[in-house]
Amino acid sequence: MTEYLLLFISAVFVNNILLAQFLGNCPFIGVSNKVSTALGMAMAVVFVITISSMFTWMSVKYLLIPLELEYLQTIAFILIIATLVQFVEIFIQKVSPTLFRTLGIYLPLITTNCAVLGVSIINIRNEYDFMHTLVHSFSAAVGFGLALVLFAGIRERHALCDIPKPLRGTSLALITAGLLALTFSAFKGLL
Amino acid sequence: MLMSIAIAAGIMGAIGVFSAAFLGVAGKVFAIVRDPKVDELEEALVGANCGACGYSGCAAAAQAVVEGRAKVNVCLLGGAETAERAAEVMGVDVTAEETPVATLGCNYGVDNAHLLFDYRGIKDCRAAAMVLGGGKVCAMGCLGLGTCVRACNFGALRLGDNGLPVVDKDKCIACGACEASCPKGIIKLSSTQLRIAHQQESTECLAPCEATCPAQIDIPLYIRSIAEGDYRQAITTIKEHNPFPLVCGRVCPHPCEAACRRGDHDEPIAINPLKRFAADYEMNLNERILPNRAPSTGKKIAVVGSGPSGLTCAYYLSARGHEVKVFEAMPKPGGMLRYGIPDYRLPQSVLDWEIGGVEAMGVEIQCNTALGKDISLEQLEEEYDAVYLAMGAWKSRAMRIEGEDDYPEIESGIAFLEKLAKGERPELGDEVVIVGGGNTAMDCARSSLRLGAANVYLLYRRSRAEMPAAVHEVNDGEFEGIQYHFLSAPIRAVGTDNSLRSLEFQRMRLEDHGGRPKPVPIEGDIGNMKVTNLIAAIGQGPDLTALGTMVDATKWETVLTEIGTCQTNREKTFAGGDFARGGATVVEGVRDGRDGARAIHLFLNGEDMNVPENYLAKPPKFTGVKGGFEVLPTDTPRVEVPVIEKSERVSTFAEVEITLNEEQAKQEAARCLQCGEVCFKGHRGKRS
Ligand SMILES: Cc1cc2nc3c(=O)[nH]c(=O)nc-3n(C[C@H](O)[C@H](O)[C@H](O)COP(=O)(O)OP(=O)(O)OC[C@H]3O[C@@H](n4cnc5c(N)ncnc54)[C@H](O)[C@@H]3O)c2cc1C
Ligand code: SF4
Ligand code: SF4
Repeated sequence: MTEYLLLFISAVFVNNILLAQFLGNCPFIGVSNKVSTALGMAMAVVFVITISSMFTWMSVKYLLIPLELEYLQTIAFILIIATLVQFVEIFIQKVSPTLFRTLGIYLPLITTNCAVLGVSIINIRNEYDFMHTLVHSFSAAVGFGLALVLFAGIRERHALCDIPKPLRGTSLALITAGLLALTFSAFKGLL
Repeated sequence: MLMSIAIAAGIMGAIGVFSAAFLGVAGKVFAIVRDPKVDELEEALVGANCGACGYSGCAAAAQAVVEGRAKVNVCLLGGAETAERAAEVMGVDVTAEETPVATLGCNYGVDNAHLLFDYRGIKDCRAAAMVLGGGKVCAMGCLGLGTCVRACNFGALRLGDNGLPVVDKDKCIACGACEASCPKGIIKLSSTQLRIAHQQESTECLAPCEATCPAQIDIPLYIRSIAEGDYRQAITTIKEHNPFPLVCGRVCPHPCEAACRRGDHDEPIAINPLKRFAADYEMNLNERILPNRAPSTGKKIAVVGSGPSGLTCAYYLSARGHEVKVFEAMPKPGGMLRYGIPDYRLPQSVLDWEIGGVEAMGVEIQCNTALGKDISLEQLEEEYDAVYLAMGAWKSRAMRIEGEDDYPEIESGIAFLEKLAKGERPELGDEVVIVGGGNTAMDCARSSLRLGAANVYLLYRRSRAEMPAAVHEVNDGEFEGIQYHFLSAPIRAVGTDNSLRSLEFQRMRLEDHGGRPKPVPIEGDIGNMKVTNLIAAIGQGPDLTALGTMVDATKWETVLTEIGTCQTNREKTFAGGDFARGGATVVEGVRDGRDGARAIHLFLNGEDMNVPENYLAKPPKFTGVKGGFEVLPTDTPRVEVPVIEKSERVSTFAEVEITLNEEQAKQEAARCLQCGEVCFKGHRGKRS
């Protein structure tokens, strides 16, 4: 049990997918203007990363390894993730229109989110078993969400500040992201 | 080598085919039924999926339009061209679709506003609003730091010299970004359709006059428009809340003038004569200035009674695209405006033009059709989507005196006035006595003078100060020659051979019980006067017999309705005007008509028709002018409304008052302080 807990903490804080591994930066800048949208995006990401890493793990274990085709991993993952996201979209639209309305707009954006692919690959590289894969993916996604929401909160406050002209917009966003990453690096000593 | 490439390609191909097949099957299994219109509409939209419309992509926007949640002009990027294509798909007329425009709810820049403190913090309204709501005394004051200006992506806003945002109407595409960005809700999208359905709220900046007007007309705006010479804008503004400006400009008791802020310092603005000026401008132009009609909705509404309340309701429902039919028992429409109020106050030709405006809005009026005789409420509820009842107060109250029913020379006020309205000119004797102190009594008395009666007496049981009739009416009547007998109540009509000779009356005194003084008889003090005609005008009430027990009534025998929505106990049936209030005024009937139209529209759309959270049922208390400011006097006093010669007044039914001329109107309009809740213009001095 402690092992899973450690895995969780390391994935959320120490090896934060956004701030320590720098994956998934486009939604980090793109949908972080408002906390509410950031929250929606975060939920969608948790959902998709957890499910897709389950499938990618299985595809490696039962398809690519037996056929000795590990080198096709990346390209196969892309296909699987894209299919999955599409399917999830179709599925929730039918089953829960309300859920679709909250997550719907973000799903197509996630198809091309490198964090999703990144988490799947990390799972395989670290040679996790199924349970570890599940916990790690979920935790990494939560870490993504945490960073995104924190960042959106900061950017919301920026909107009220008197920012020098050259720094407005993306430039300040990137500087802030850097500082936030620096702060997160303090967690390094935790484990 | 070749082999392994082939295997890799094969496997990848297989995964691809499998994925495609899987998605294909899933798409079939989880298919949701879509209105083909949605696809067609999606084609018609730009397809940029930009989200500027507020929906998640074009597909969602198309869905919203089909479900009626959005208008065909939803796509901001595509503009008019796209709207036209979308309208074609939906089969509606796009030309009638009106785009709202951002409108500022605060008119007072740094020079005019009362300041609480000098805000020097971050130059952003949202930050300023966190500091005690900003630097202005008024809670609804614009902070003027231009957050909305920065929020606008289309360059439609800029900060003006006085520190208030200025809207460039041509550039505004109604995206609502400014509205969403303003922390105080001061800048809002506004359109004719939104304004005619608007009910005043306590969180808005309202002028004292505007908040007191039962019809909630934007008085400062129409007065400003007159001062600027834009009479078209003036009449448009009035008609957004009152389709009877010619009538109200002549007969309204104008409570607004009593509330006017300038009235606290010198004399109130002649608000009502200015309304009449704007209304007469339209009539003399001989051109109908009407709001855009929304595209047809296919809903049908029946209105019963063609008085001001019924016709107002019909007018605004028609403006919102519904099909309205008015049923009227009398041979001509207009209600009490035609059969009550005499020609010397409201000529029938003027009334005809005004009703013509309601018909031009698309309302159909069917006369000679009475509810309870030719049609029934059940039948109307069956055939129409909603019903609005405005059958007025036409039942005269009896005097309950001895001999009341015995002589042909005794009649009720409204019966007398109805005869006059139909063009009859009854012969009166020399001694005409009117009983009552309200508008009807005054109209009967002044009409009797015009019919040539030598002596016209008016008997009222209280004193002059308590008369419900408008003060200027009472004064005008006296000037024309009415003789008042106050503190007198009739007790017996005496006659010989079926012909009325005299009236015995009881002298009264007033007892103070707090509130309105109560008349009590002075024991034994009984007077006697010679009478040839006796007209009883002591009040009217609604006649509910046509409805039986179908609608709930109040203890005053009026229809019971919900405040602000006019709904009765029957879901589909609404009621207003005198029918729900008892004898009231034209402008209150107009208010009910518009409230009813708003509620019916929402009801038919299946939306919440409750009044807004901060609904202003009564005008708020105004605190007067706050410290440091002083109302500047004007060079000219309040205009005198011109009247015709006295000799002509008492011998004919010609209209007594004359419309202001252009110069008078402009001069009077310039006196207006352009008030808000706290701030106003035309002052000297600033915060110390
Ligand atoms: C003499 C007089 C003077 C007045 N002066 C003023 C004034 O100076 N200023 C002011 O503001 N107000 C004045 N009023 C009051 C004002 O006229 C009324 O408040 C106003 O007309 C009420 O409008 P309404 O639409 O509710 O009803 P009404 O105008 O009474 O209209 C009701 C209509 O319903 C019709 N109707 C009734 N029963 C049926 C039925 N069963 N089937 C079909 N149709 C039916 C009637 O024929 C009538 O046309 C005066 C009233 C009177 C009587
Ligand atoms: S309307 Fe609102 S956002 Fe715009 S300047 Fe005024 S207070 Fe600020
Ligand atoms: S001065 Fe003008 S705005 Fe102010 S209360 Fe009078 S009419 Fe209304």
